[in-house]
Amino acid sequence: MSAESVSGGPSWTKPRARGVAGADSGAPRIWSLSADAAAGASTLAKATATPGGSARELEAPVGGAGAPGRRRGIRFRGLGLPVYTALALLFLLIPIAYTFVFSFNNSGKLNIAWQGFTLDKWTNVCAAQGVCEAFANSILVGVVATVLATALGTAIAIALVRYRFRARSAISLLLFLPMATPEVVLGAGLAAQFLSLGVNKGLVTIIIAHTMFCISFVVVTVKARVASLDPALEEAGRDLYGSAVAVFWRITFPLLLPGIAAAALLSFALSFDDFIITNFNSGAVDTFPKFIYIAAARGIPAEANVVASAVFILAIVIVVVAQVTRAARAARLARLRG
Amino acid sequence: MAFSAFASAPAAAEPAVRRRSWIALVLLLPGILYLLLFFITPLISLVFTSFQQPVINGDIGQYSAGFQWSNYTDSVVQYLPLILRAFGYALLATLLALVISYPLAYFIGVKVRGFPLVQSLLLTLVIAPFFISFLLRTLAWKQIMSDEGPIVVGLKALSIFPSDGHITGTPFAVIFGLTYNFIPFMTLPLYATLERLDVRYIEAGNDLYASPFTTFRKITVPLSLPGIVSGTLLTFIPAAGDYINASGDFLGSAQTSMVGNAIESNFLVTQNYPVAAALSIVLMAVILIIVGFYVRRAGTEDLI
Amino acid sequence: MAAGTFAEKGADLELVGITKTFPGFTAIRSLDLFIPAGSFFALLGPSGCGKTTTLRLVAGLEEPTAGRIVIGGKDVTSTKPFQRPVNTVFQSYALFPHMSVLENVAFGLRRRGIASPLEKAHEALRLVELDHLAARRPAQLSGGQQQRVALARAVVNRPALLLLDEPLGALDLKLRRQMQLELKDIQTEVGLTFLHVTHDQEEAMTMADTIAVMNRGEIEQMGAPEELYELPRTAFVANFLGQSNLFTGEVVSSTPNALTVAIAGQQLVIPSARAPRRSGTVTVGVRPEKLLLLTAPPAAPSSGVNVLGPGRVIDVSFSGVSTQYTIAVPGIGDVIVFAQNMVFGPVVHVGAEVWVSWNVEHGFGLEDSPAEAAAGVADAASAAGADGDVATSALTTVKA
Repeated sequence: MSAESVSGGPSWTKPRARGVAGADSGAPRIWSLSADAAAGASTLAKATATPGGSARELEAPVGGAGAPGRRRGIRFRGLGLPVYTALALLFLLIPIAYTFVFSFNNSGKLNIAWQGFTLDKWTNVCAAQGVCEAFANSILVGVVATVLATALGTAIAIALVRYRFRARSAISLLLFLPMATPEVVLGAGLAAQFLSLGVNKGLVTIIIAHTMFCISFVVVTVKARVASLDPALEEAGRDLYGSAVAVFWRITFPLLLPGIAAAALLSFALSFDDFIITNFNSGAVDTFPKFIYIAAARGIPAEANVVASAVFILAIVIVVVAQVTRAARAARLARLRG
Repeated sequence: MAFSAFASAPAAAEPAVRRRSWIALVLLLPGILYLLLFFITPLISLVFTSFQQPVINGDIGQYSAGFQWSNYTDSVVQYLPLILRAFGYALLATLLALVISYPLAYFIGVKVRGFPLVQSLLLTLVIAPFFISFLLRTLAWKQIMSDEGPIVVGLKALSIFPSDGHITGTPFAVIFGLTYNFIPFMTLPLYATLERLDVRYIEAGNDLYASPFTTFRKITVPLSLPGIVSGTLLTFIPAAGDYINASGDFLGSAQTSMVGNAIESNFLVTQNYPVAAALSIVLMAVILIIVGFYVRRAGTEDLI
Repeated sequence: MAAGTFAEKGADLELVGITKTFPGFTAIRSLDLFIPAGSFFALLGPSGCGKTTTLRLVAGLEEPTAGRIVIGGKDVTSTKPFQRPVNTVFQSYALFPHMSVLENVAFGLRRRGIASPLEKAHEALRLVELDHLAARRPAQLSGGQQQRVALARAVVNRPALLLLDEPLGALDLKLRRQMQLELKDIQTEVGLTFLHVTHDQEEAMTMADTIAVMNRGEIEQMGAPEELYELPRTAFVANFLGQSNLFTGEVVSSTPNALTVAIAGQQLVIPSARAPRRSGTVTVGVRPEKLLLLTAPPAAPSSGVNVLGPGRVIDVSFSGVSTQYTIAVPGIGDVIVFAQNMVFGPVVHVGAEVWVSWNVEHGFGLEDSPAEAAAGVADAASAAGADGDVATSALTTVKA
């Protein structure tokens, strides 16, 4: 590398590789493996919480130019593909619709056959034993594990992008392996350790387990953001009389925030829906997925459908609102630039 | 294998060499220690557990340190069908998910590029299943496909299905469930690479006398290979270790048990920890070998 | 610098024996440089020559391996960037995307606790005629506007020394011309010392009072733009700053006034005052626009004129204001002539037999030869691990 390119390179004329995962095109391909995974996994989170403009807006601000050629879709023989897409999405949504519909089932303990419409399950969610307790546990575990994993993972991501050190490849391996290990192995491993140490399993052990498997995902997500951050911005902060602390809190952190928020949302989603690892490390404590698993043997109460449907609707509304707002903002920006 | 993953990106982006490595240490240490403590040590204790021997005259679930190599040989012999089933089902589900997801990802990533809002809304629909419990989704399929459910009843009414036929409890249902549950994991990485695919390459292919199919095979597929590799891994790894879909309470039956079911029941039900640990190690080893081999074959030799 | 005060005026910058090595290569070797207060100084060179590293050393974004940096008589070598009376206009502008234009400009003022930062920021924005966009985000501005905001953000701090890192590189040609003039105006108006780094020779010549041409981590030549152009001392400068025809031959006679050099049987004369080497093998150069094309050999070789030829026109390329002719002269190689388009179209065509002549006073001698320069660059390239940028500059040099 020449010394010239240390200064950040001619970034404004060349639209950079786009998207969370596209921070670099010259890197070995395997990077894009995990980066794609992260881009994929964090898409749900990416949509929300993008204060200060998305990565795209920051990177190609001049003339509103995206990568050339991206505006035109290519023809793919008529209507086949749209119809296929619609059917595939419909297929994906069938069980969601089923769950939602059966949350209104006037059923007894077993929620299998349709017994007639009722709103009772929605108005009295906590009537079914254990549903609300399990849900509260899931929220608690999700929040604590998210905070821990986001803090630990963000620090690692910053260090990996901004510093050179010798143990790099070992650390990268350490971060990659949890993502390549089946959950059942992660769960059994931790459980074996708790067993040999004589630790009583409960909320704490669930939180420990969830934090562990979330860290890698946080690192991948935040790292993409750090890598797309022009180091010249921090240099400009130092040049404009900012001390190290001032530069971090006024420039680095606000610019990383969308990535950190995406990572946190991803962590929460992973934690909230995890069953396999939880099952090995929860002892007598029930999380929402574990409640369903146990209840599955004897029949799920419709209240579980209510909780799941409510969470689903809330998440979808947040994501769609964020997307529409962002589209509106992009349109406004395009108008301003002319 | 895939570990330069983390190292490579910044190196290419900026060669800024920072001097104050103690800051790097402060940033890295907590997270790295955490992973050493709660990821690496557990794997090591899993290895130790896998060699333990039962305490003579002890209670159920009491084991002492040992070097019981037979834990491995016995459990592999005993559970060989489950191990093979796990990888067979996972392989089939991965292939099916790839076939189903690719056109979907292509449509969202390439066809509707001009409409960012449509694109993101379609993507939301793809990830919508993430927002509702994995277990509930699987249970919903169980009930839809149950003997009293609309599909079986309908098929029987049309007499295309034997009157004593079932869907749930069959390998079909398990593979179906695995495929369904991992489609979003397959679609998202595919989308991520296809979305960045420069359509001018496709136009150039068409310009240079390639038929649409040849263009797809020679240009689109190779260019989306990173997405295919990460999508198939993201599907195959969890599918091979899954024990929900194959469980008798969900889509499977005793005849469809996978290695994950064996690990779960040995660990949590019969407290036969050494066998569960040995099966876990076998599962992980096989997955790492397959993944390493696969990543090499996919043209990433330079990465190890 | 002390909080809450501005620099009164521009300050001198002095670099003493600055060396900067990165793992694997040396970016700057033992560089000495003095820039007087109030001047507009340009560091010109190809990418990879060390000019940006020099700038970053002055800004405090890199630490020198050896040497001292003195600003306004004060040694700042070991101070942090935020302690130096220096501001930078970054190549990518580096405007903070999460802040409004106004907050960007006020950032430095706030950090230093200067009174009424917003008022001063508005004032600086008025200077660059962008005050009406103060509330916008940087992403909502065009490239030229962003460049001006970056300038205002630096100038508002009244640094003793303003560093400009290829600030116009991202703009299109027309806008770049306009900004060049504006920058020059602002410099005259605020009276600060400007240190401008660029690889664009035209930009450097238009704006700077003094240019230093850098190559391979060293300054090859320094001086006023006209001086550098008319009397380049090295093959690198002769070709990086404009184009040159270079001929290498043996000195056959030397008087206090003139030097005669034999090149492939033809004799060329240059003024001794314009020749640093006076004996042995010497490279003689002349700018293509100084050459005259002749379609017949000059009747009598008059003193005061050099003639080469006959040669054959092998290429004619029309570029609007002028036409470039390439003439192959046997034993010498290709000679390039720029001729103003005084008539419609080219005056001679490919295949024509021609002679070229020029006034003896327009020739210059070099300290080195193109071969030496190329060898040096090749060394540097292999030393730098065949860095792409260096390799490119080697190519341009060898082309001569």
